[in-house]
Amino acid sequence: MTEAILVLEDGRTFRGEAYGRVGTTVGEAVFATGMTGYQETLTDPSYAGQIVTMTAPHVGNTGVNGEDDESGRMWVAGFVVRDPARRPANWRATGGLDDELAAQGVVGISGIDTRALTRHLRERGAMRAGISSVDTDAGALLARVRAAEGMAGADLAPQVSTREPYVVPAVGETRFTIAALDLGIKTATPRHLAELGVETHVLPSTATAADLLAAGPDGVFLSNGPGDPAAADYAVAAVGGVLDAGRPLFGICFGNQILGRALGLGTYKLRFGHRGLNQPVLDRVSGTVRVTSHNHGFAVDAPLDRPTDTPHGRVEVSHVGLNDDVVEGLRLLDAPAFSVQFHPESAAGPHDAAPLFQRFVDLMESVRAGGEGQS
Amino acid sequence: MPKRTDIEHVLVIGSGPILIGQAAEFDYSGTQACRVLRAEGLRVSLVNSNPATIMTDPDVADATYIEPLTPEFVERVIAKERPDALLATLGGQTALNIAIGLYENGTLERYGVRLIGADVDAINRGEDRQMFKDIVRSIGADAPRSRVCGSVEEALQTAEEVGYPVVIRPSFTMGGLGSGFATDEAMLRRMASHGLADSPVHTVLVEESVLGWKEYELELMRDRSDNVVVICSIENVDAMGVHTGDSVTVAPAMTLTDREYQRMRDVGIAVLRAVGVDTGGCNIQFAVNPADGRLVVIEMNPRVSRSSALASKATGFPIAKIAAKLAIGYTLDEITNDITGVTPASFEPALDYVVVKIPRFAFEKFPGADPRLTTTMKSVGEVMAMGRNFPEALGKAMRSTETKVAGFWTGPDDGSSAEELLEALRTPVDGRLYVAEAALRAGATVEQVAEASGFDPWFVDQIALVGEVGAEVRDAPALTAAVLRRAKRHGLSDRQVAALRPELSGEDGVRLLRHRLGVRPVFKTVDTCAAEFAARTPYHYSSYDEESEVEPREKPAVLILGSGPNRIGQGIEFDYSCVHAVMALQDAGYEAVMVNCNPETVSTDYDTADRLYFEPLTFEDVLEVVEAERTAGPVAGVVCTLGGQTPLGLAQRLKDAGVPVLGTSPEAIDDAEDRGAFSRVLADAGLLSPKHGTATTFAEARAIAAEIGYPVLVRPSYVLGGRGMEIVYDDATLEAYIAKATDVSPAHPVLVDRFLEDAVEIDVDALYDGTDLYLGGVMEHIEEAGIHSGDSACALPPITLGSADLLGIRAATEKLAARIGVRGLINVQYALKDDVLHVLEANPRASRTVPFVSKATAVQLAKAAARIAVGETVADLRAAGVLPATGDGTDLPEDAPIAVKEAVLPFHRFRTVDGHGVDTVLSPEMKSTGEVMGLDDGFGTAFAKSQAAAYGSLPTEGTVFVSLANRDKRAAVFPVKRLADLGFRVLATAGTAQVLRRNGVDCEVVGKYSEGPGNCVERILAGDVDIVVNTPFGSPGNSSPRLDGYEIRTAAVSAGIPCITTVQGMAAAVQGIEALRRGGLGVRSLQEVHAALLAPRP
Ligand SMILES: Nc1ncnc2c1ncn2[C@@H]1O[C@H](COP(=O)(O)OP(=O)(O)O)[C@@H](O)[C@H]1O
Ligand SMILES: Nc1ncnc2c1ncn2[C@@H]1O[C@H](COP(=O)(O)OP(=O)(O)O)[C@@H](O)[C@H]1O
Ligand SMILES: [Mg+2]
Ligand SMILES: [Mg+2]
Repeated sequence: MTEAILVLEDGRTFRGEAYGRVGTTVGEAVFATGMTGYQETLTDPSYAGQIVTMTAPHVGNTGVNGEDDESGRMWVAGFVVRDPARRPANWRATGGLDDELAAQGVVGISGIDTRALTRHLRERGAMRAGISSVDTDAGALLARVRAAEGMAGADLAPQVSTREPYVVPAVGETRFTIAALDLGIKTATPRHLAELGVETHVLPSTATAADLLAAGPDGVFLSNGPGDPAAADYAVAAVGGVLDAGRPLFGICFGNQILGRALGLGTYKLRFGHRGLNQPVLDRVSGTVRVTSHNHGFAVDAPLDRPTDTPHGRVEVSHVGLNDDVVEGLRLLDAPAFSVQFHPESAAGPHDAAPLFQRFVDLMESVRAGGEGQS
Repeated sequence: MPKRTDIEHVLVIGSGPILIGQAAEFDYSGTQACRVLRAEGLRVSLVNSNPATIMTDPDVADATYIEPLTPEFVERVIAKERPDALLATLGGQTALNIAIGLYENGTLERYGVRLIGADVDAINRGEDRQMFKDIVRSIGADAPRSRVCGSVEEALQTAEEVGYPVVIRPSFTMGGLGSGFATDEAMLRRMASHGLADSPVHTVLVEESVLGWKEYELELMRDRSDNVVVICSIENVDAMGVHTGDSVTVAPAMTLTDREYQRMRDVGIAVLRAVGVDTGGCNIQFAVNPADGRLVVIEMNPRVSRSSALASKATGFPIAKIAAKLAIGYTLDEITNDITGVTPASFEPALDYVVVKIPRFAFEKFPGADPRLTTTMKSVGEVMAMGRNFPEALGKAMRSTETKVAGFWTGPDDGSSAEELLEALRTPVDGRLYVAEAALRAGATVEQVAEASGFDPWFVDQIALVGEVGAEVRDAPALTAAVLRRAKRHGLSDRQVAALRPELSGEDGVRLLRHRLGVRPVFKTVDTCAAEFAARTPYHYSSYDEESEVEPREKPAVLILGSGPNRIGQGIEFDYSCVHAVMALQDAGYEAVMVNCNPETVSTDYDTADRLYFEPLTFEDVLEVVEAERTAGPVAGVVCTLGGQTPLGLAQRLKDAGVPVLGTSPEAIDDAEDRGAFSRVLADAGLLSPKHGTATTFAEARAIAAEIGYPVLVRPSYVLGGRGMEIVYDDATLEAYIAKATDVSPAHPVLVDRFLEDAVEIDVDALYDGTDLYLGGVMEHIEEAGIHSGDSACALPPITLGSADLLGIRAATEKLAARIGVRGLINVQYALKDDVLHVLEANPRASRTVPFVSKATAVQLAKAAARIAVGETVADLRAAGVLPATGDGTDLPEDAPIAVKEAVLPFHRFRTVDGHGVDTVLSPEMKSTGEVMGLDDGFGTAFAKSQAAAYGSLPTEGTVFVSLANRDKRAAVFPVKRLADLGFRVLATAGTAQVLRRNGVDCEVVGKYSEGPGNCVERILAGDVDIVVNTPFGSPGNSSPRLDGYEIRTAAVSAGIPCITTVQGMAAAVQGIEALRRGGLGVRSLQEVHAALLAPRP
């Protein structure tokens, strides 16, 4: 058993055992409260640059399989668990998580008091941290942590985005074609759209409005992704162009923040963010509550009580997080655009919000039918 | 959506007596519901026949009716109270069935009562298994193939279609009553006929077997704007085929990927919506094929259930409380999660710990009962434990059960081979985890054990891990802090470590070393959200982790030790006393700290005490809690005398460890518990007890018997609930007893008492403060001494005792309390034989009858006991109004109503291996799981109510079958004659008939069972008989002469008719029948009764 150490930028130190790849890593320490779906979490590009602490004590029980990846690889900067499984036990499992982490170079630590770490991050906020299983001297690691870049101002989408455009065909007959701006897209998203007869043209994060509209898509989709929206002006500009074109638009997570900025709204960093599969969100239009999958460290700043005027018409807050009243969704009243901060594609997480993809389809339908395209 | 405005008065139906499959969890749910509804400003009426519940405390509802839970009586309550709504989803299957009954007989309509929670259609859709399956398929989900059958023939035909083995499930029963697997036609015939009888609607479901699949449960909640949340997922370690109630279960689910879990969640939500439970909680069970993930829905309970109580304790999300709020119109997002105080209830709890539940069985009570675990629930209780990983939670749960063994390696190994152990694992029985560990140790692989047991390989691997850690402990050159910490993180107790390291001079040695090395647990908090938000409620569990979360406090704390898992002999009654202690100590200005491991109870509701520690009640675990609380603030002491024998057994060791033990001292406790010491006490007090002696060999025992004379009562020392007690009439039987009474040794001698025949047994509960005695109540047993006090019916005030007797009893009780040195409650059992008072035993603690006495006399004995424990006197308490200013239980007003307690027995749940019923005869060994109370002006009516509550009404006409032991014949003549005069037809066996005829009772002779066709057993099963009176022949133990009786009694049980096994019981029944014929049993609320009792007396 190899010793490992985790050091937070404020100096708090945890000692445990090496997990996954033996090595050293730094990133932003965050915690995720989901009790299932570690494979999806590890391969979710939105976690790029982050050292993810799983609050669920047992991780790896169902091993890994060829079906549940949300992208081509694992993106987390580091992985923190309390009790790693010693063997995979699931009929779909093709291997153990430990080996997979090692193979993909994910440095982790196990056996620490993950609840103590979580409480610390809850009180002090997400912060830079480092894990090392080669040099367990706290001082040395702390220096590296303090030298590292923070998440604020980090522009990470280009690092996780596809280099080349690609197409995900519709299942069955193609009813709509859309351009998706890949800021860190998860495979579950095009999958959901495809099932609704949507062909998705995925473009790199740096695609311009012109690129997005080039193929004359029925709509444009903005994906989730890592980093600080304030650092992604290129995407904000692109979205501005799409809005000018009046093309139906749907954004999730990072995409919600980008839309917000394109509308002139601000974004800010949450103390410790929302990362879990149990977040209650109120749909203010229908008045219903959905249990949703979250993974965001930043949020849009908009008044909850009234619509806000923007160059693209009025926007209202369509969804609110009931735990802390954070803006969880935007809806333009005068243009065919809407977005949510949570993950309707879930994976991992409950499927309560999946109907939002249908809503996007309906929106494209009504615009095509010459409707005024009110989202 | 705000609260509904159309409801002002709600009637809540409880679940009645504690039964297997329907236990204390419904007191927990019901109590929460009543409190919530009242807090919302509604008037709450309550019906529940179980006096041992907190929910029937007069201050929980506005009007509390301790009346039989039958549609007739509930209708009377409705007629009197005129509620506008009925909440029946919190009282288990019993309440649900009554609601259906009241709906079908038009009562609800007649009185304009609305069902809230789930409406009748939803209930039927959920409960009718076939209708339910159709719904499951209609939403595109899968369920085992099956058909509802109304006849044995139909069942056989269905079995041919779906193929053997098949599962038989009677419709509308709870806890899997009457269900099981049939592997062939013969078996199916027998089970189907039993099942048809067990089902109130006389149908059974014959279903495709998915034996060996993984079993899961989801607890869901839905509000009236259709928001649905999943509160908890539960995974069974025991695969499909073992009832969830009998399975070791784990929360959250451990071996599902997100895809599989979300699919289960989607199906669960769709089912809930399709069934249409409009608001509240529901429980859905699933099976998953481990080979390919195929998911099938097994069943749904459209109500709060055993599992939802478990889920509430496991997650901190109070399902019943929220369900009650939803029922009156709130939506989930309008309700705050009171653990965080800031977030709404419309979320799904996230756990950062593991919860393990282990059932507790009582097979030793029912010789001959089939110990195999099947689809019929057989466990009588359960424990829950939490840890930061599965091994830690498992270890804590295993030692919480308080069985002989307390975790791996604490019991002897029978040295079986891996092959033998693997073979043993194929048949589910209690304690399989031990077998699995032994098999691994004997060289079996994880795969082999998983295959043989049906446990998921992940669980088996975790057991293997514990085994490896055990080996490290055993083989480590020295027990370093590192080794110990690793052992502790994997749930090993000091006792287990001691078992692995004999040189450490036992558990105490290990603890001392551990403390010296600074290896101590920390205490984490159950917060519903995996630490995402701060928790306000101090609901803790221990873990060998790094950071502790116990907050400092100012007020002095008192720790109350609970009673652990429910079991026969130690049940909800003790939890009642603990909860009352909590309230009383809070009133007295202390912080009440509860320690318990039973998830069914009110005491483990985080709302009950100021702080809750969900911990095993072992010396090690309790001591660590004390330590944690000492660092948090001043600790006044620990109360060990309210939770039954469990905490009582810890008193001395706690004191020796320097923990202040409040109330009666450990030394005093020993004076009452230790035979020798107690004899001296009796001698000093000048009190008589049956002649007795203690023997460690048969020779000694025979010598004692010869001296004191037969019959004698033999039993092992130090037992609760009369375990292993027998009445012995001769040397032969005595020898047989000693032979089979295992571990008889100087350390564990056998007690031999003169058995007092035909003696009246009297139970007394009293308070003593060192100066004054407050005698709470005197209960006169209906059955003679020789029937365990827990199993015999009793009446308060006593019906035949004169004031002279009462004064004698009072004096004797005072002497005992004084000589023993009681500070708090004492319970004494006396036998009055030929006007001479004998002391059978004295228990220096709260007894099983405390709640009954408190409700019958309107005096809260347990509260008073708690206050005495912290130094107050009876005089103080009289002054403070906790006790009446004058008088006590011996001088109740003339017009005081009569309260009758009747025991409820679980015989019908057990069958022998070959499928026959188990004998129902009562003995000195307690067998009942619960009790009911009948309260009325006269004894007859009160007794009739108690019978109606326990077994269904006594017949007021028809046929009585009588078969009596010789010694009972004379005494029985009069009551039988009375029945004949009332117009009953009398059937009797020859000997009995002869005596009856001579006394002018004409009766028809029927043959004994042994006499073949047309015999009494056939007549009973044919439904020709309405009530059976059969007193056991010959002596217990040697079965042959009693076989007839056995067949008669079991027949009565399967025919579902009253079966009376004592003459006294019969006399009481006759009075009850007369009262019923006079008609009109009224209902009266406990509040009215108490007001009358407490009214100042002239
Ligand atoms: N088709 C089946 N095949 C195998 N085992 C079953 C089947 N249906 C139920 N069981 C087992 O029987 C137990 C009791 O069945 P259930 O439908 O839950 O009845 P209850 O109302 O008593 O809970 C379940 O917990 C499960 O272990
Ligand atoms: N000497 C005796 N004569 C007659 N009956 C007895 C005698 N001793 C005990 N019993 C019967 O056995 C029952 C159980 O005995 P008890 O001493 O109360 O054990 P427990 O600790 O289980 O309550 C009593 O309730 C009483 O009915
Ligand atoms: Mg069930
Ligand atoms: Mg007793």
